[in-house]
Amino acid sequence: MKIQILGTGCPKCKKLAENTAAALQEAGVSAEIEKVSEVAEIAKFKVLFTPALAIDGEVKVAGKVPDVKKLVEIIKAAAG
Amino acid sequence: MADCCSTPKAAPVDCCCGGESVLIFACSGGSNVGQLTNEAAKKLDQGGVGKFYCLAGIGGDIAGMMVNAEGADRIIALDGCDVACARKTLERANLPISCYVVVTDEGVEKGHHFAISDEEVAGLCARVQELLA
Repeated sequence: MKIQILGTGCPKCKKLAENTAAALQEAGVSAEIEKVSEVAEIAKFKVLFTPALAIDGEVKVAGKVPDVKKLVEIIKAAAG
Repeated sequence: MADCCSTPKAAPVDCCCGGESVLIFACSGGSNVGQLTNEAAKKLDQGGVGKFYCLAGIGGDIAGMMVNAEGADRIIALDGCDVACARKTLERANLPISCYVVVTDEGVEKGHHFAISDEEVAGLCARVQELLA
């Protein structure tokens, strides 16, 4: 699984990265995490708002920072 | 590193750390009042009030568009008439509306023509701004 955190480095982007790392640990799922901070690269995901999170190229969250519990749900659903 | 909070309005992506993320949905229907919502939504977008977004994408349950819509802090919905296609589409998608205007409630008579005036568009934009204030 590859998780991409889309955002240019603001506090909310950092919080999303922190929550995602915690959620991965809680879910017991291993994943490669990549931070995508270039606006042109972020735009390729067709997100309107950042921070955003994509799993295996599919945007799952945009414009908000879900709590760890919600991210665990998202990650487990994506892991199948 | 770039400061996302200073991202210019023209940028394709807005960072949410600097303020509210607002989406505008218009019924854009096949009548003067429907087209009025479309024109007003364009003006509101160009004026920086929010991003005009695709109601059909919500009706079609397009995954990426749903994720974007769910990320908005506020949603403005504009319906031409009380059939309320925009409101019902958003409600069905569980997207809460923060600001809602029905054009016929504002005194514009619905007709199957597309003759809309700049004054009507400006009036609808002003009504939205009033509700948001």
